[in-house]
Amino acid sequence: MQTFLQQLINGLSLGSIYALLALGYMIVYGISKLLNFAHGDVYMLGAYWGYYTINYLHFGFFTALITAMIACGLAGVIIEAVAYRPLRNAPRVAALITAIGVSFFLENGMSYLCSSDTRNFPQVIKRKAFDLGGVTISNIQLIILVTTIILMFGLMWIINYTKVGRAMRSVSTDYDAASLMGININHAVSITFALGSALAGAAGVLIGLYYNSIDPLMGMTPGIKAFVAAVLGGIGSIPGAAVGGFLIGLLETGVTALGFSAFRDAAVYLVLIVILLVLPGGLFGKKQVEKV
Amino acid sequence: MNFKKMFGLTAATMMSAAALTGCATAKTASNGGNKTSDNKFRIGLNLELSGAAGSYGQQEKKGAALAADEINKKGGVKIGGKTYKIKLYVSDNKSSTSTAASVAAQMVNSNKVVAQVGPAATAYATASIANLTKAGVPIVGPSATAAAFTQTKSGQTQKYAFRACFIDPYQGKKAAEFMYNTLKKRKVAIVADNSTDYGTGLTKSFSAEFKKLGGKVVTTQYFQAGDKDFNSTLTTVKNKKPDAIYLPGYYTEIGLVVKQAREMGISVPMVGGDGMGSPKLAKIAGKKNASNIYYTTHFSTKSKEPQVVKFMKAYKAKYGEEPATFTSLAYDSVNMVVEAAKKEGEVSSSAVQKGLESLKNFKGVTGNITMDSKHNPQKSVVVEEMEKGAVTKAYTVK
Repeated sequence: MQTFLQQLINGLSLGSIYALLALGYMIVYGISKLLNFAHGDVYMLGAYWGYYTINYLHFGFFTALITAMIACGLAGVIIEAVAYRPLRNAPRVAALITAIGVSFFLENGMSYLCSSDTRNFPQVIKRKAFDLGGVTISNIQLIILVTTIILMFGLMWIINYTKVGRAMRSVSTDYDAASLMGININHAVSITFALGSALAGAAGVLIGLYYNSIDPLMGMTPGIKAFVAAVLGGIGSIPGAAVGGFLIGLLETGVTALGFSAFRDAAVYLVLIVILLVLPGGLFGKKQVEKV
Repeated sequence: MNFKKMFGLTAATMMSAAALTGCATAKTASNGGNKTSDNKFRIGLNLELSGAAGSYGQQEKKGAALAADEINKKGGVKIGGKTYKIKLYVSDNKSSTSTAASVAAQMVNSNKVVAQVGPAATAYATASIANLTKAGVPIVGPSATAAAFTQTKSGQTQKYAFRACFIDPYQGKKAAEFMYNTLKKRKVAIVADNSTDYGTGLTKSFSAEFKKLGGKVVTTQYFQAGDKDFNSTLTTVKNKKPDAIYLPGYYTEIGLVVKQAREMGISVPMVGGDGMGSPKLAKIAGKKNASNIYYTTHFSTKSKEPQVVKFMKAYKAKYGEEPATFTSLAYDSVNMVVEAAKKEGEVSSSAVQKGLESLKNFKGVTGNITMDSKHNPQKSVVVEEMEKGAVTKAYTVK
């Protein structure tokens, strides 16, 4: 039982990182119908931002977290404006390939600038472990969980209850109609990228603190797994992406706990295949009726 | 000049260019190798002095030069009733397989070396074998650790290829002995990198040897290079209550394994291979967590073996810094070549080849070396112990 609870905590803290990334993936896909493969690399940028600001500007953890969100938000807006906006009316494959290109650019650009060495993230918050009847949970795991939940509700609030959110929702429903109603599409898309990338930036700083190790290629695998989480939860649903993220985290942990550690990643990708075959809309996805 | 003629001219130029390039392969087809008639013992250093593996080559150059200096300062080495001075020919192979091959040919043909030491990396060392074999000149790879280096594609032993280091999986065997005999541990968990030959090779040889000694491997867990979360793996490991953990992998992941294990309250000793022997390990794991850590390696500056202490003193006096693994392996390589010739009583390629093949109990700074039939040294392994992020002690596993 203790082991089960311990693994549950392991799974939840891993899952919350995937959830943060999946949320960003999802809102960007929802509005621009673009699989932003560079999303995982924005997360890497966030981690490096945290590394440099804490080490050289002596930021505290929360200052680093918030500035990383702002910096990554800006990076997201720039990436969208430079790489994706000119291709908005191009075939979708062109945009997809561009996204892969941006991802390579960020990974190799960072390797060139900061070397591909693994770096140890400054430990600004001292780790404390709480023992709850044989189950250990650390303050860092709690920070990750709580931050994720706060950011998730914040995002939901922005999308559901603000004017910007309404604009985003209408653009995601119908580009042309939204534009006819006087919504500035470029504006709405930029804000979406800013929000999504800010979440990725936050995840980057959190992961740096949690694992104490960052490198330019750190975004690759989590990025793909977050994509799986977004598909699992259902593209277009915020709670879906969050639940998808947690489920993927728990799945990885579960597979390892059962003794199949070598097949951990395979299990995640198997879920992607099964979901696409059986439930293409995802767990919380809306059924869309194609009108002919 | 008509077009046809011009074409012919171009073709001729191209052909002569090809012939010139052809010069870069070995001329001596007799397989007899080189033999010295004057009093110079010529050894070629085919090293990566620039390029991707440049830092390894630079270190090996220093080690080899020290070995030659020491012998020459003593007035040379007496072989077969005649005294010889060591003459090193150093060439940069630019961390490139094609340059490594042409450097080998040039050393054999122009410099008439009786043996080659280097290159440092397995890939470049392997690339130079063909030309050396054609000429009948032996090569000692100081740090070519991949098992395939001394073997042909069909699995036979390369007649002229030798090395000074042990092969990767050998460490697994020695780690098992260390774990069982020195640390006296009987129940071990393995957390291994299964995305590299290094990780799987060490795992296999460790488990086989540890079981043979009478120990028990309670669980074997795997991870991939690049993984960052080991909490669930380690929770499983913790449940099995092992006495010690074996960690075949590189410091990037092992550092995280150590950190997460210690934070989880797993305090048992952890043993790994030379892949985790890096100052970065302590940085990633955190100084406090990097305690009770051991890893097998080729050479340790903390070793108290008399020949190591002597070597370190000489090295410091010459270069003003501490020797590293690569320097010490290159130092041993040069001495091995000299020892082989001494044993056969002749300074020639064939004598060195024969001498290396039957090398027995050679006292090097990286251990006592005995060559096996596959030209892999059977030698002692050094285990370094880390406490609070610093190497505090070294053990020798005979």
